[in-house]
Amino acid sequence: MRWLILCLCLTAMPVLAVEPDEMLADPRLEARAQVLDEKIRCVKCRSEVIASSNADWASDARVIVRELILDGASDQEVLDFFVARYGEYVLMTPQATGSTLFLWLAGPIMLMLGGGLAAVYIRRRATTKPATEWVLSEAEEARLKQIMDD
Amino acid sequence: MITELGHFSLVLAFFIACFQAVVPLVGAHRRLPGWMAVAEPAATLQFILTATSFAALTYAFLYSDFSLRLVTLNSHTAKPLLYKITGVWGNHEGSMLLWVLIVTLFGAMVAWFGGNLPPGLRARVLSVQAMIGAAFFAFILFTSNPFLRMPVPPFDGQDLNPLLQDPGLAFHPPFLYLGYVGLSMTFSFAVAALIEGRVDAAWGRWVRPYTLAAWIFLTIGIGLGSWWAYYELGWGGFWFWDPVENASFMPWLIAAALLHSSVVVEKRESLKSWTILLAIIAFGFSMVGAFITRSGVITSVHAFASDPERGVFLLGILAMFMLGGLTLFAARSGVMQAKGVFGLVSRESFLVINNILLCVAAFVVFVGTIWPLVAELFFDRKLSVGPPFFNLAFTPFMVALGLVLPVGAMLPWKRARLGRVIKSLRWAFILAVAIGCLAWAMQSGRSALGPVGLFLAAWLVAGSAVDLWGRTGRGNDRFARLTRLPRADWGKAVAHGGFGITIAGVAAMMAWEAEDIRVLQLGESAELAGYTITLDGVRDVQGPNFLSTTGDVTLSRAGEFISTMHPEKRIYPVAGMPTTEAALDNGILRDVYVAIGDPQDGGGWAVRSYYKPLANWIWGGAILMALGGALSLTDRRYRVAAGARKAPATGVPAE
Repeated sequence: MRWLILCLCLTAMPVLAVEPDEMLADPRLEARAQVLDEKIRCVKCRSEVIASSNADWASDARVIVRELILDGASDQEVLDFFVARYGEYVLMTPQATGSTLFLWLAGPIMLMLGGGLAAVYIRRRATTKPATEWVLSEAEEARLKQIMDD
Repeated sequence: MITELGHFSLVLAFFIACFQAVVPLVGAHRRLPGWMAVAEPAATLQFILTATSFAALTYAFLYSDFSLRLVTLNSHTAKPLLYKITGVWGNHEGSMLLWVLIVTLFGAMVAWFGGNLPPGLRARVLSVQAMIGAAFFAFILFTSNPFLRMPVPPFDGQDLNPLLQDPGLAFHPPFLYLGYVGLSMTFSFAVAALIEGRVDAAWGRWVRPYTLAAWIFLTIGIGLGSWWAYYELGWGGFWFWDPVENASFMPWLIAAALLHSSVVVEKRESLKSWTILLAIIAFGFSMVGAFITRSGVITSVHAFASDPERGVFLLGILAMFMLGGLTLFAARSGVMQAKGVFGLVSRESFLVINNILLCVAAFVVFVGTIWPLVAELFFDRKLSVGPPFFNLAFTPFMVALGLVLPVGAMLPWKRARLGRVIKSLRWAFILAVAIGCLAWAMQSGRSALGPVGLFLAAWLVAGSAVDLWGRTGRGNDRFARLTRLPRADWGKAVAHGGFGITIAGVAAMMAWEAEDIRVLQLGESAELAGYTITLDGVRDVQGPNFLSTTGDVTLSRAGEFISTMHPEKRIYPVAGMPTTEAALDNGILRDVYVAIGDPQDGGGWAVRSYYKPLANWIWGGAILMALGGALSLTDRRYRVAAGARKAPATGVPAE
């Protein structure tokens, strides 16, 4: 049974997305709508945007996006419309507020941390004297002599 | 009977792994040669038994033995032979069996070809590898046994997921596993070196082939998966930043970093503890990947077999090896003294930069992948982290990497003068800028992505060429010398060039793709980027285990016929699943991509056509990267080492 459910979930994947009958006649508005389709998550699917999902919900959502655009809504207003109903879960790009700020800053912080550590390391390597580096111990000298004599 | 034999040999292999995990380790500690030497026959036997078990399962799939639960759930008598075989690993249990088969194979390879390893190190490596094997044998036997029988065998099976019935995806998992598990080998080497307390250039040389092999396999595996997504999903996406994709991408990034840092260990005896740490982390990411794919904690489009019990078990394995490895690292890494000294401007420093960029990039992918989970658990926020985040947060690191790569690749070891390298690279740089500007001029008012991508690509390819040419020295014999350069040099140039080619493909595809979605009546055409796409007919075709609706589409340009394309929509009745098989007209500079959709109410068919500039460069670059790795792997210094082992009578190793 679980297998069947899995399959049903997967059916959402391979089939095609935006249907021709959903599209707006005005190519400029349609282009805007398609950009928005890439930003809105299909809440009935597993990590898919409504642009690529074939679920009924995604289809309805695409139609709503286009209706809102025809009503003169701005891009942000369309997104707000969905956030108001489904929470920030519906946005594919997480907002950089509160705890999510960490998500956005994780890369830069790590880069600075790593860069700092590396700079310290490289400086230390650059200033270390290699004086004692290749000096062999007595035992090693003896072993070397033995090898060379063989 | 054969099934029971397979089951039995799997249990035996588990016990042998437990034995091999303990005895050689104790032997190495107490310096008992007999106890150490037992590791090799044990590793061989472990591999033979696991292979027997795998063969038994394959046999059951080949002969459609529906008394086996796994075969019933994943096979069907009408399925083509190829997919009966690949069906063995097209499911959770079988793929885990393939996983341990590869774990034991790598272990056996150390036993077979590790003749020149010091006996203590070899015994310890094999022992750690057996611990990993034992953990996964236990996982299979206790939570996901492939050999379970059905009380009442059905007449026919439920068929393999149709999406997996495709050559691209059929061979995608084995390559990925070869890569993941290859990293288990570097983990074993790292832990063995920590126990031993010694890491030197020789260690670096032994570890490098395994790292390189793992990275090559991961490159091929990821490339195959992305290529499959491209032609199968019906709209030509090649990367989705899906958790499962990320799960394979993070080990790839870390393996790439490890590959470069182990060069420093091998050639300059620096970065030792860092390389050990990377080796531990790389395997950690492999197991995180296994955990993400199989636990279902993070939802993904292609997570298969999500099961909390298995998830917990895998998490236990992950925690055990990571805690063990990292604790050992904390306790012992102080023993390893770096020897090589290098200046601020040197190849070593640039390889450090490479490592930082790759690791931070992997970290960004990791944080993005697990963030939805973290946010829900700790901050009570349900949110999604999708492709826009990754594109924005990940790309800068790759751009930075591409920018410094040609310079770093040409700098000499130890102490270098930046001016000299920049001077020899100036023509490559000017060429790259010219190509970038040309791209900028030819496009109209769009993003900077395309030009920047092409600039980077040209910079990387030309930089690699300059590097290679520079190695031929002076004089008039340079072409002849070019062919005699060490394969490692060729490998490096080819792999770096391949990286550039992939960047070009990704950038061009994201910046200049064009699409057309419309209803076409029979005989009607659509115009797309100068091409004409005409729907000539649609017919029903019966496949071996599917029904197909096939379109006949003519592709032409300015009235000139180019090709006939056959996009398909398939229904697999047993699995009750539709799939799309897009038709592609491949070209060097562009793909034209046509997919057929549903019949419309007012007659006609939904037809999607896409113009994908430089699409094949993405996978061409991946192939080049893998080829570069393979060239490097067959470099003389590894072959000579192998030869020295085969001819011990001569006594003195050649190098």
